[in-house]
Amino acid sequence: MNEIYAWAAIGLIILASTTGDVLLSYSMKRVGHVGELWQRRGLLAVVGRMLRTPTFPLGLVAMGVAFYSLLFGLSWGNLSLVVPASASLTFVANAVAARIFLHERVGRRRWIAALLVACGVVLMAV
Amino acid sequence: MTLRKYFVLAGITVFSTLGDSLLARGMKELGNVHVSLHNLPALLLAILNPWVTAGILLLLAFFACYMSALSWADLTYVLPATSLSYVLVALIGHFRLHEEISPTRWLGIALIAAGVGFVAAGPSVTPTRQHRDTPDGSRDTVSQELSHEEVES
Repeated sequence: MNEIYAWAAIGLIILASTTGDVLLSYSMKRVGHVGELWQRRGLLAVVGRMLRTPTFPLGLVAMGVAFYSLLFGLSWGNLSLVVPASASLTFVANAVAARIFLHERVGRRRWIAALLVACGVVLMAV
Repeated sequence: MTLRKYFVLAGITVFSTLGDSLLARGMKELGNVHVSLHNLPALLLAILNPWVTAGILLLLAFFACYMSALSWADLTYVLPATSLSYVLVALIGHFRLHEEISPTRWLGIALIAAGVGFVAAGPSVTPTRQHRDTPDGSRDTVSQELSHEEVES
């Protein structure tokens, strides 16, 4: 039974952290090139523009949900299952989500990279 | 991709790794104090531990680098950079703490490194109109940079 809870937590971690990453990436693309903006208008302008982008706080909330799901997952499942499973599947989920929601050009190169990294993360935890 | 941008990507890897390990060290030093939301004073006092303070500052630096990178590069380009922290943790453990790295873990390191290499060799950003639209409607100089930056096959 605990295993079902652990996988539910893993699913929630993947969903929340992918949502968070996509929202944060979308927000920062709207904010624009941070380095240039900083040079032209100062750090306060950068922070101000980030905070005025509504998807930014939403992304932070999603990241917070992912963090607490990880804590719950760790209380139900093994460290050696929850961390590598969620981390590696998040790389794959992010590639799918970035393609669908951010319209990023995820070519063969990036698919291979996402899969290599996902496998590598699993092996690192074995 | 300029040299400065590679430094920001390196910052993501280094700051997240160091931040996590300093935080872990601090929390271990605090020992068995049950730190949770139900024990808020203990949680607040944890910040007074110098290792925890340093860890939090480094994680803030990580977040700044991450947000900066996402402002000029694709999510699918930036994420593999964060995966290098797994490799960095293993290498620090190996060379500083003399931990044994099993063949499977070496294989994992190789796969992650290969994945990062695959992404890094490609373009860093998908050129779209979205990049040019800023909240105040002004055209950013970013779009000019994008137009002559690498566009891959």
